[in-house]
Amino acid sequence: MGYYLLKRFLNYAILLVVATNLSWLLAVTQLNPRSLYEVSNPPIDPVSIENNLLSRNLSDAVPLGERWVIWSSSIYLEWNWGQSPRGGNVGEEIGRRIWVSVRLITLGSLLGAGLGVLIGTWNARRQYGLSDRVFTFLALLGLSIPSFVIANLLQVLATQFNDITNTRFFEFVGETGSHGNWFGAQLLDRLQHLLLPTIALTILGAAFFSRIQRNVMLDSLNSGFVRTARAKGLTRSQAINRHALRVSLIPTSTYFAFSVATLFVGAAFMEIIFSFHGMGEYAVQTIQGHDVHGAVATAAFGGVCVLSGALLADFMVAWLDPRVRSASSSGPSNYG
Amino acid sequence: MDDVAIKPKRLLLKRFLRNKTAVVGLIIIMALIVLALIGPWLSPFSYDDVDRQAYLKPPSFQHPMGTTQSGRDMWALTLHGLRKSLVIGLVVALLSTAIAAVVGSFAAYYGGWLERFSLWIIDLLLVIPSFLLIALIAGNSSGGSSSWLLLVLLLTLFGWMLSARVVRSLTQSVRQNEYIAAARYMGLSGPKIIVRHILPNIASLLIIDATLNVSGAILAETSLAYFGFGVQPPDTSLGTLLGDGARQLSSFPWLFAGPATIIVLLILSVNAVGDGLRDAFDPSSEASGKG
Repeated sequence: MGYYLLKRFLNYAILLVVATNLSWLLAVTQLNPRSLYEVSNPPIDPVSIENNLLSRNLSDAVPLGERWVIWSSSIYLEWNWGQSPRGGNVGEEIGRRIWVSVRLITLGSLLGAGLGVLIGTWNARRQYGLSDRVFTFLALLGLSIPSFVIANLLQVLATQFNDITNTRFFEFVGETGSHGNWFGAQLLDRLQHLLLPTIALTILGAAFFSRIQRNVMLDSLNSGFVRTARAKGLTRSQAINRHALRVSLIPTSTYFAFSVATLFVGAAFMEIIFSFHGMGEYAVQTIQGHDVHGAVATAAFGGVCVLSGALLADFMVAWLDPRVRSASSSGPSNYG
Repeated sequence: MDDVAIKPKRLLLKRFLRNKTAVVGLIIIMALIVLALIGPWLSPFSYDDVDRQAYLKPPSFQHPMGTTQSGRDMWALTLHGLRKSLVIGLVVALLSTAIAAVVGSFAAYYGGWLERFSLWIIDLLLVIPSFLLIALIAGNSSGGSSSWLLLVLLLTLFGWMLSARVVRSLTQSVRQNEYIAAARYMGLSGPKIIVRHILPNIASLLIIDATLNVSGAILAETSLAYFGFGVQPPDTSLGTLLGDGARQLSSFPWLFAGPATIIVLLILSVNAVGDGLRDAFDPSSEASGKG
């Protein structure tokens, strides 16, 4: 098992290195940091533009191979991911933004998955009942609306609510705002700002997970071990709670591992619409701002997220599924 | 009722028609396609006409969905965007499902280094954050009227991997069957066995997948376009319209409402049809139980 996991981990590391280098090649050939300086008014002296670019390893006058050596060696030797065309160190920027993303998505993704599992389980037990039909349609609707449409609509509704009640109950610009000095005011202020993006993420998550949970739960409700449990004398709810539900949570949790990991960059819409300065916003800004090193570092971070999700999913299956736990020699990849 | 006499295709049709959501979805898709095709004749304005009498006007008799800041007719723009989104969705879905079918089935049938290599490429493409790379390339391309073709290529390139994995695992189980061995002993070549015997047997998955890929591709284009990485002006898609409209949503809602309604209707219908197809094909689903 240890050897198996090590091999898998090594494979992931190689994938990551190749993917990051490919991203660098693309970013270098597609982005043009020089254009940032050339449009400035009053015009900047060409020599100082060149020096600026050279000092950040962004000059297209230097051969590609040479730039690649400088870029990759500073990562391997000093863990320095490079500079933005204007100022800042990319690594520091990302180090700060990761936590913004964490604060944004933690609550929303947990609530979304939890609600989704509840709805999915409830409806699988009452397949083709009224609530099942209603929620199946709602979930389909939730998956069919682009996430930015949901976020924008929520914002309009919140503005109207604020106008009608003449309060500032919904806050939707940034992470924090002005707040009182009393105890807990700061926390309340942060929660108020989190409310709308969390609602949006919860809707999306619940739509996604209720569908998965319903399908998996239907499969496990019809399986032999639930019938056996019933035959042994357990009531229907006992059999469902102790056996069917537990088994059905395994595939759902692997999806959860993946979805949380990809949300770091995938929540870009929420971050931009609700002005959270997290990783998703950074990804878009670096590409719009011809920030070669920032874009590559974000791509690498995205790759790390996907692979961590995959590893986490593997571990969760190994931990939750007795069939995999006992068959330790075959490794966890045979399931899910 | 004589179940045995029902031909497989008729049975599928019967099962599909039983799912009311899917049938309504299919009708809506048909209606939207017709609307997109005859769109240019439905409005006195072309999508790139500028009405100098009406800049940023709310819906009126002359402009049923209002006009944009530059005086373009929203109704004509929305229909043009719908046409572009539909074309992008259909082409990307067809291409990526085809790639998935070829890569997945060949990898599983031949095994060995071909399989290892394909799986590695699939993993690599999954690790790369596709959204970022597509944005990188499409957002900095020179634009012009053919920019959507580049977008189609990119969405295809990053859209086939998950389907290919499923095709691979299905092929692995199909190739265990006796009729595959029989075909091999009769001297049929590998590619012929795959095309004639394996792919038809996983056609149900391919059809469902192609359907869901349509909505996936349209949503992906919409998301890219929201940030300005999609179809470049003067050409437009539903996503481009939505991106522009969202920025002025509170003051000029008509720029957003029309395209948003159309795209939600479209994606919802495609997904409903995909679900209906899955139920119809799946022998274990409830819908198939009663013949």
